[in-house]
Formats: sequence, C-alpha cells, structure tokens
Amino acid sequence: MPKVKFITLESTCVPLPFENVDTDQIIPARFLSATSRQGFGDNLFRDWRYTKTGEKNSDFVLNNPDFTGKVLVAGKNFGSGSSREHAVWAIFDYGFRAVVSSFFADIFMNNALNNGLLPIVISDDLLKKLHALIQKNPDTKVKIDLEKQTFTIASTGDSVNFDINPYKKECLLKGLDDIDFLLSMKSLITSYENNKSQ
Amino acid sequence: MNAKTLFDKIWDSHVVRSIKDGPDVLYIDRHYIHEVTSPQAFNGLKDRGIPVFRPGKTIATADHNIPTKDQHLAIRDLLSRNQVERLNENCQKYGIELFGLNHPKNGIVHVIGPELGYTLPGMTIVCGDSHTSTHGAFGTIAFGIGTSEVEMVLATQCILQPKPKSMRITLEGELHKGVTSKDIVMYIISRISASGATGYFVEYAGSAISSLSMESRMTICNMSIEMGARGGLIAPDETTFEYLGKIPSIPGIENLKSSVNEWKKLQDDPKAIFDKDLKFDAGLIKPMITYGTNPGMGMAIDDSIPLTDNNGNNASASFLKSLDYMGFKPGMKLLGHPIDYVFVGSCTNGRIEDFRAFAKIIKGRKKAENITALIVPGSKKVEEQMAAEGLIELYKSAGFEVRQPGCSSCLAMNEDKIPQGKYAVSTSNRNFEGRQGPGARTLLASPLTAAAAAITGRITDPREFINEEQKVKK
Ligand code: SF4
Repeated sequence: MPKVKFITLESTCVPLPFENVDTDQIIPARFLSATSRQGFGDNLFRDWRYTKTGEKNSDFVLNNPDFTGKVLVAGKNFGSGSSREHAVWAIFDYGFRAVVSSFFADIFMNNALNNGLLPIVISDDLLKKLHALIQKNPDTKVKIDLEKQTFTIASTGDSVNFDINPYKKECLLKGLDDIDFLLSMKSLITSYENNKSQ
Repeated sequence: MNAKTLFDKIWDSHVVRSIKDGPDVLYIDRHYIHEVTSPQAFNGLKDRGIPVFRPGKTIATADHNIPTKDQHLAIRDLLSRNQVERLNENCQKYGIELFGLNHPKNGIVHVIGPELGYTLPGMTIVCGDSHTSTHGAFGTIAFGIGTSEVEMVLATQCILQPKPKSMRITLEGELHKGVTSKDIVMYIISRISASGATGYFVEYAGSAISSLSMESRMTICNMSIEMGARGGLIAPDETTFEYLGKIPSIPGIENLKSSVNEWKKLQDDPKAIFDKDLKFDAGLIKPMITYGTNPGMGMAIDDSIPLTDNNGNNASASFLKSLDYMGFKPGMKLLGHPIDYVFVGSCTNGRIEDFRAFAKIIKGRKKAENITALIVPGSKKVEEQMAAEGLIELYKSAGFEVRQPGCSSCLAMNEDKIPQGKYAVSTSNRNFEGRQGPGARTLLASPLTAAAAAITGRITDPREFINEEQKVKK
C-alpha cells in the first residue's frame, strides 16, 4: 500500500493550547465502532466541537473560521492514553498533516508516523511563542521542511531543527510502507524462529 | 559482557534485525487482538492479498463494546454488532483462536491472557490496546500498539520498534492496612505525573512489590501506561510460578518444571544500570483518589486538592479547565463529597482478588440509596469464581447486581455510560473527560475505596471500615 509522501509544508495553523490532550478527547470511544479507516474526521474532538444537544460549539477552535490550516499546534503531552490509531486517522482525515507540540505520548507518535502525519517537537518556549503569535494573528504561517528537518515561523523567521528517526524520515519522504519492508525480511524471520526453537 | 537489565535480556533476544539509525525488528511471541482495533488491520491484509503469518500466536476476544446484560441476545447497537461479527469472521477465515462473546472463557483481553496461561515469563507480547502493559507482571515485555502495527504482526509476527529507555521504580517498606496495589500505582503516578515515564519501560522492584500477589502486580503494571511508560514489568519469582502452576494446562508447555528453571534466569544482572532509578517508601502511601481529568491528578483520599498542577504551575489554564470539568476547586477536600455511581471492574481491578476486597467492606452492609453500582467481572472465569465463593450472593444481599464480563463502563463503548455531570468512583484506569460517557466525572480509586463509597454514598476513607472491622475482631 503506497503511502502519502511528506516533503515540505507551508500552512497556517489551528491552535489547541491545552496540556494532556488524550486520545479519548481526540476521538471518544463511542465513535470507534467503524471497521474502515475513513470518516473519523467528522468526530475529531467531538465533545469539544459540539454541544450536548449536537450543535456546533462556537467557542471551540475548529468552529472558528479565523483559524484554518494543515498544522495543528497543540499543548504539552499530546496524545496520551488509549493506543487507538483512530485518533491519528481522525486528525489526518480532518485535513491536518502535521501536529506540533513540546511533548508527545509514545504510542501516538508511532501511530502518527505510521500514517504520514508528522509529529514535530519544539521547545516549550517556542511553543508558547507560537501560540501567542497565532492568537494575535491567525494568518501566522509555519514552514516545515522534512528533508532539512527544519520548522520555521514565517513571519518572525524563528527556525529550529526537529528530530525524527532517520528510518521513519526516509519512509515519509519516499512514501515507503513498513509492512512491505517487513515482508521483504520473511526468510530472516523464519530463520530466527528456527534458531529459537532449537 | 555488559551487565543487562531483565528488560534488555528479553528485548535483545527478540531482535530479528537492528536497522542502522532505525527501529529494531522485534519478534512477537504472543499477539492479543480484540474487536475494536483489529478490523482495519485485517482489511489491510486483504488488500495486500496476504495471509496471517503465524495464526497460532494470535489470540482473540470480544470485550470492548459488548453489552454486560443479556449477552445471549444479539447486540442491539448495529455498529458494535458489526465489529464483533467482523472479528468472528476474520478469526475463522485466518485460523485464529477466538474467545468471543458467549464463549465460556470470554473476558477482557488482559484478564483472560494471564488466567488461561497464554502470558508467560520472558515473552514479548503486544495488543492493539495500551493496557497490554498488564502482562508485564509475569516478567514479559508487553506493550500496546496501534492498528498499523497490529497489521505488521499479523503479516510478519514482527514489529518495527525503537528500544525504549529503562527506568526502575523501587518500592520498599510495608503497606498500611486499607492500602492496595491500586493505591501504590496511583501514588507513583501522582508523584511523577501522567507523562513522567514517557519514553521509558519501567521495571518495578523492591520488597513491597515482591510481597504482592499476581493480581496486585497486574494492577500496577496495567497502569504503567498512565505514567506515560510503554510498559512495566516485574521479574518472575515464586509467586509467579505458583500462579502458573495452578493453571490446569498451559498452552505449549509440557514440562512446567523445566520451564520454571529457565524463567528463574529472568533477572536483572546485579550491576545492571537503568537510565533512571526512582525509589518510594510504601509506608507513606494512603488510599488514593483522583480529583482531575488525568491519572496524574491524584492525592491521598484525606488530602485537599492542590493549588498547583504537577509542574507546580499556579492555576494554569489546563489545570483549572480540568477542575472545572470535575466541578471542583483548588484547595477543596473531597471526603464526604456525594457521588452517584460506583464502577468495579476493568482490566485494572476486575479480577477475583478485587471482588474479594470489595466484598470485605460491603459484607453485612447495604448499598447507599443514591448509588447506582456497576459490578462487572473481568472474565467468565472470574464470574464463576465469584459464584463459587458466594460473592455474587453476598453482593446481592447488599443490594448489588453483578453484570456479565466486559470492558463496560471503563470506556463506555456499550450502554454502561455514566450520565452527564454525574460522579463515579471507579476502579478503572482513566479519568479522562468523557471516558465513562459524555460529561461523566470519574474519580479513580481502589476496590476498597469504591466499596466504602458504595456503602456511604459519599467519598469515604476505606480505612474507617477496615479499622472498625479490626476493633470488632479484637
Ligand atoms: S477494561 Fe478498559 S482499559 Fe482495560 S482493555 Fe477494556 S477498555 Fe481498555
């Protein structure tokens, strides 16, 4: 299954400046009953996005037309809790291609990388600054260059390098698939099994 | 040779290949699956036109979205029913052993794996579920994965995984009466925060850990994920071997004695170094309760809600938002606060020992009128054992109804939801916003604390009942 490639991205941002946003918030359990990967974006942040009676909650950022873009700028410790990959599918399906935070939960990070959603870790200070800039001017743009591993705030020129596992970087740049890679190692896996059972 | 931790030993012996600057290709001995996180993985196999590589190493159950009443009837919710049916079909098609709905050994994946002998020391175990860390209690490397990784394991029995850092948490000293392993782990999380172990795999050690039963150890390892850790493990010892010895037949093991001799080697080398080493005093732990919307927001039950968050930030927006959701204020005491629901169950506290603990306090008493209780065994086997020990009768005479096994109100995918704004003292593992239903307010606690609350209808220190009992005995 060829994956979507990620090379560069320039976009405005959607700010979500809360800490400890867990995957139950990203997509509540009652929306996990589907058996395909599509359509989860409709219920992204469901209980914040809609009121109890099902109307759009105008206070929530996804319902604020001022804030749009392909980059979700989150708070610290994003994606903790349940391992549900549906959280990443929902974020991706909604249209985001990168999530920025100062700290991600491990499983979320793996799930994101496995689905072509780029998690970018920046410092607490830069994250704070970015949130302030976006609040002041929703047209604030960021530039992401995966090849060079740089994250830049266009208006201020603040530019930092971000970390990514070199193997995962290669996969994202080329749209490579982990399972194809593992399948190519089947004989190695079989000889591992044979060695173990001896 | 470098001194190795137990974790290193198990991990290193499962590496099929190390990729330069990349993750390891890790071989998986046991793969558990359930209805919610597997269908998309099976679809992936179908799209690729490939089979399950080693179907004998995957075990399936239906637990997350199933009802806990009238399980013999068709599931009413169509989407949930569809998921369970897809699981049945996929297991049949690919030759995977299924302990599905209405199977006599059905139950929550992390409860049945150990009780049926599928979880064994030294294994690598994964499941598309973050609480897979539970199985670490047997001295295994067990951790939760996403659905893409479920597909990897189905396709190749391997996953790509960077090796996490290692942390040891040592707990010495003696536990006080009324303090359970749930309190231990909630205490640790409250001290290091909900992200304090992110990036690490935790080994629990020390006299206060080795004195615990397997059930109690599972409760601790289960909640490792709530401190951010990939997983937690405890070196196997006599308690482990005794537990395994009682399982009528362990799949794949013919001579338990010789296996035990192998498992005894699963220990840290004496000079092994951990990336992080933490120590706690078991004697300082009291019954715990959470007051906020992540498991790090916990305190001793007789304490007041702190004025600052885990990082010492005064009244940060996230901290206040969380308390606001709960209807609490900084500095407030929780003892005596009325509650509406009590949930006893889940892969954290849905084992026989937990129901015995709950019974200890409710025996001879009556449920408070304002309380709706959801009592849900973790598996059919637990349910049978409860019946055999007379617990179901005892619960009944105290005014409690025992449901059929499943995840139930732990994540409220089925009908067992806590209504908007209501307070639930819950023995589960997550107090996230909406976890137990939209607007539900969850207070995590031990089965003893849940029992005390169920009797009084308020947040109550279980030691009041425990101490009272002892006075009577004297
Ligand atoms: S009981 Fe709760 S935490 Fe455990 S597997 Fe079920 S939903 Fe997950």
